[in-house]
Amino acid sequence: MNYPLIWNIAQSLSLARWKQTLVAAVGVMFSITMFIALLGFMNGLNDLLDSLVLNRTPHVRLFNEIKANENQPILLDNRYQKYHNFIRSIKPNGKNAQIANSAAIISTLKKDKRVLGISPKMIAQVFFNVGETDVTGVVNGIDVEAEARLFSFSDYVTEGSYIDLKNIPNSIILGKGLADKMLANIGDVVQVTTAKGDRFPLKVVGYFQSGLGEIDKVQSYTSLKTAQKLIGQSNAYVTDIQIKLHDLNMAPSVSKEYAQIFSTDAEDIQTANAQFETGSSLRSLISYAVGITLLIVAGFGIYNILNMLIYEKMDTIAILKATGFSGSDVKKIFITIAISIGILGGCTGLFFGFLLSLLIDNVPFKTAALPTISTYPVNYDLKYYLIGITFSLITTYLAGLFPARKASKIDPVDIIRGK
Amino acid sequence: MLLEAKHINKSFHDPVTVPILKDVSIEIPQGQFTSIVGKSGCGKSTLLYILSTMDTDYEGELWIDGTKLTGKTEAELARVRNEKIGFVFQFHYLLNEFSVLQNVMLPGLKLGKISPQELEHRAIGHLRKLGMDDKALKKANQLSGGEKQRVAIARALINDPLIIMGDEPTGNLDKKNTEVVFDIFRQLSEEYKQSLLIVTHDPNFAGRTQRIIEMEDGRVIQ
Repeated sequence: MNYPLIWNIAQSLSLARWKQTLVAAVGVMFSITMFIALLGFMNGLNDLLDSLVLNRTPHVRLFNEIKANENQPILLDNRYQKYHNFIRSIKPNGKNAQIANSAAIISTLKKDKRVLGISPKMIAQVFFNVGETDVTGVVNGIDVEAEARLFSFSDYVTEGSYIDLKNIPNSIILGKGLADKMLANIGDVVQVTTAKGDRFPLKVVGYFQSGLGEIDKVQSYTSLKTAQKLIGQSNAYVTDIQIKLHDLNMAPSVSKEYAQIFSTDAEDIQTANAQFETGSSLRSLISYAVGITLLIVAGFGIYNILNMLIYEKMDTIAILKATGFSGSDVKKIFITIAISIGILGGCTGLFFGFLLSLLIDNVPFKTAALPTISTYPVNYDLKYYLIGITFSLITTYLAGLFPARKASKIDPVDIIRGK
Repeated sequence: MLLEAKHINKSFHDPVTVPILKDVSIEIPQGQFTSIVGKSGCGKSTLLYILSTMDTDYEGELWIDGTKLTGKTEAELARVRNEKIGFVFQFHYLLNEFSVLQNVMLPGLKLGKISPQELEHRAIGHLRKLGMDDKALKKANQLSGGEKQRVAIARALINDPLIIMGDEPTGNLDKKNTEVVFDIFRQLSEEYKQSLLIVTHDPNFAGRTQRIIEMEDGRVIQ
């Protein structure tokens, strides 16, 4: 078929009504622009919220849950093996939160090729003494460098320097909420009372803000050594081993494996943060739904404008058919018009969508809950641009198809004789 | 025989069945200038649209240039119209979006047998023959009625059709332009042996053609 001729006629027809063509193209452009900006913004937000939690969550966490022993005496007795035994009032056994033989576990983990890094940790419940008042709090003893490298600890230390935690003995970084409650400034010394009643002075070297206010009101960080000293334990005392893997998706299987080998409890990131995954995918779903709705509305615009064009150009269609253009030629002409509108509107829409994303990306956005960002987050993934252009072509094609089919079925005799 | 219609019957079915053409058979030989005359509503235009392949809703057989066209697909018939039939209508039917030259070239571009350059050369030739070559680059809607009809004739000629068909080509023109158009038809007939089949209700026009087919009440009476 003679495509340059089809193209030539399509061009002349759409230029003859260039205002309407422009309106249709602007409709597509607007919807693609919004689609790109909306998805970019929404996914930027998703990434931010994910990183807020997921970046700081170990892929696998080894710990000891305080719970009753699974092997109760009656289960070991041969006589009752075949019975279903009901046991009441069981208490947790003497096993404490400490991970036994932690040094050996850590050295084994370091040899595992799937492991990116390990950060041991211990958690202690304490009271902060402020004058007459005691504030309950939690001290996390961390390996400062590993924590910073694996879980971006440094990002959340908003004032002071995280590395001071390691360099200054008996130092502490307080949650911003906790520090506010205690009226503690950097350089001040706070008094800490442990669960066993020992009292310790610790020097405040910084504040951290996690983005989750409730956490900031109770949590504080010290180096692992300081925390061990605080509760009078040896340097083998560790309550958590946080593991970051090379591949996040392996976490569930690795977690099961470690739980068995090291006979501790193990939790993988997918289990720990299932609700965040759900939230992210729901937000994506909503933004896709809105974006595609916009495109469909633009599609109806094109449909209307092409329909109008066909009514106006009945004579032209009739004469084309009378002089030897077949129905399928006429259909191709109108589909060419529709697709051209789609390409034109789609490409300018991508461009303006990118500009709008840039604009959003530069809007100041400061909130106490999110210390690491200063402007609205935007995701510039090429994927959204590809989806946008694909959908604009599909909707304009469909919007053009029905009017084009109608045009192809016009009977020239009706038009020519009806005059 | 250039064009043969055998036992053509056609009825309109809206809202009641009204027979329009009753067992019409005609033959048009190569090179003849024929006119179809008859009163309004006698079916002469309906017959022309069947002969032109645009109307396919009829009984009987239509042969053009030794090929049976009855029962062919819409696309095949479009090709036949493009290649073998030239049209001139009462209301000119030029495409207003295009220039005069483009209007003339369009059926030739569709046929695609010769290069656009050659086609343009040929289109200018036809326009010159009809005294329209100086208007070639004007838009179609800038022309007068008589001028439009001359451009329509040039368009009908572009693919060297076997036959030119006209439905009241002078019906909308004043006396002077009617003469101009008739002279063009006669010239095409005499100098180029072009076959013409023209529906008209102008007895003066019909009287000067080589053969008159007279219709009445859906039948050919002479």
